[in-house]
Amino acid sequence: MNGRGKAWKGRKLSQTLPKPIVNGDSQPYWQGAAENRLLLRRCQSCNEIHFMPRYLCPKCWSDKLEWIDASGNGVVHSFSIIRRASDPAFAHLCPYVVALIELEEGPRMMANILGENALTVKIGDKVSVLFEDRGEGQKVPQFRLSSN
Amino acid sequence: MFKPASLKNKIAIVGVGESDIGRIPHMTGLGLNAQACKRAIDDAGLKPDQIDGLLTAYSFTEPYFMLGTVLCEYLGLKPTYSASLVVGGATPAIMLKRAAEAIIAGQAEIVLVCAGENRATGASRDSTLSTLLAVGHPYFEQPYGGSIPGYYAMIAQRYMEVYGTTREEMASVCVNTRNHALMHPNAHMKKPITMEDVLNAKPIADPLGMLDCCLISDAGGAFIVTSAERAKDITDEPIYLQGIGEYHTHEHIMCAPSLTEFGAEVSGRIAYEMADLSPQDVDVAELYDCFSIVPILEAEELGLVPRGEGGKFFLEGHAAVGGKLPINTHGGMLSHAHAGAAGGLLAMIEGVRQLRGGLGARQVEDAKVALVHNEGGILSSHCTMLFTNEQL
Repeated sequence: MNGRGKAWKGRKLSQTLPKPIVNGDSQPYWQGAAENRLLLRRCQSCNEIHFMPRYLCPKCWSDKLEWIDASGNGVVHSFSIIRRASDPAFAHLCPYVVALIELEEGPRMMANILGENALTVKIGDKVSVLFEDRGEGQKVPQFRLSSN
Repeated sequence: MFKPASLKNKIAIVGVGESDIGRIPHMTGLGLNAQACKRAIDDAGLKPDQIDGLLTAYSFTEPYFMLGTVLCEYLGLKPTYSASLVVGGATPAIMLKRAAEAIIAGQAEIVLVCAGENRATGASRDSTLSTLLAVGHPYFEQPYGGSIPGYYAMIAQRYMEVYGTTREEMASVCVNTRNHALMHPNAHMKKPITMEDVLNAKPIADPLGMLDCCLISDAGGAFIVTSAERAKDITDEPIYLQGIGEYHTHEHIMCAPSLTEFGAEVSGRIAYEMADLSPQDVDVAELYDCFSIVPILEAEELGLVPRGEGGKFFLEGHAAVGGKLPINTHGGMLSHAHAGAAGGLLAMIEGVRQLRGGLGARQVEDAKVALVHNEGGILSSHCTMLFTNEQL
């Protein structure tokens, strides 16, 4: 279970990883991440909260949406320990964890589980958000296993 | 939910062809398509000028944009009906449905459908894998270094948690499929494998190892679709479409409504209802098997086995030729061939061939009803087909 990338947290490593790509749908999301905030879209008409920010609510098609701060807590819905990376930028980090996190607010999002104990992850584990510096002031939301 | 009009008994496949398969460095992707198309029209006893429609998929290895038109140009065809479709691995089944719709609407009479790529030798493995990253969301998944095997591994992991599917059950899918490939003269893989080989293979994305993952082949496939009426003039052994259903629930795994329930259940239900057939009527099934977990969960979704029992069904040998319900009798994408959209198309060809009969050791005895399922993305787009060798 020992791997070079077991607990990637280091600034140097992270800065070789892909940076966020900002577009019209996601600008506030990535701006929030840069400020250590995990932002979600909520529909003001039907209250549906969705991940992957969109122009309209995927449930009721209202275009009256707002940004809310997520609690940053969630559980591991599923995961895989990647032993062979498809993206060469991640090759030196193997083995590492890619997970689907079910946020307390409902939607699921993808992230890595970081930290020394990341490879012990199990489905249902509680996790909390952290923000990984990818250089030039850009950060991506990541998760760590909650200590309790 | 909208109920599509029935296509039962109206459409037939009258010719099939597969290209040379494996590592074919002297052939291009277009060449593989052309070889498969030539074999399909020879199989049907047709001439190129009788083709009035062409549908094809996409290519990751060759830099062509309008692939349908490009292929018509390469083949010297000037059809009045053509397009290239992109629905990932579900594309071949969806192309059959689009061809059927065109034929029913009188927009085409004889449609050639093909797909193929030189994925093994036309691109380096790493560039193929990197291109496939495109199935991950470019902004919200790719920054986390996931992979196609990784996304399917997450489904496997969840499936194991919820239904108790085991690693050994998944490995038995790979062994079963390889055993079938050994009986197919054109399969990419020629050597037997054991459970131990699968379980000890190089780990890729837990719980999946190298042998749980589909091949990267040079391969092409083609089939010819026409009306049931016209089919009788062309061949003595038309294979009839009885039911076909599609269902699309998401594209990216982060947006999947569930990691244990997918769109195959609905696409299957549409197909069964159209055909007026039930899962118990199916004699042979060709399921999508990009990764070992997939035919297990599809067998369950399609009602071929009870929920949670797909893995056991494979492990106990029921999916072998000679078993209760033979699955992936050509060797599937795990052992026969996988090259982009060709993978699912080759499964359709096998369904047709099983219903025609005469396949020797891998022939399913007295096969009358074949089910073929294609899926694209991360179990995102589904299309289920039911075929018979007689009009019902």
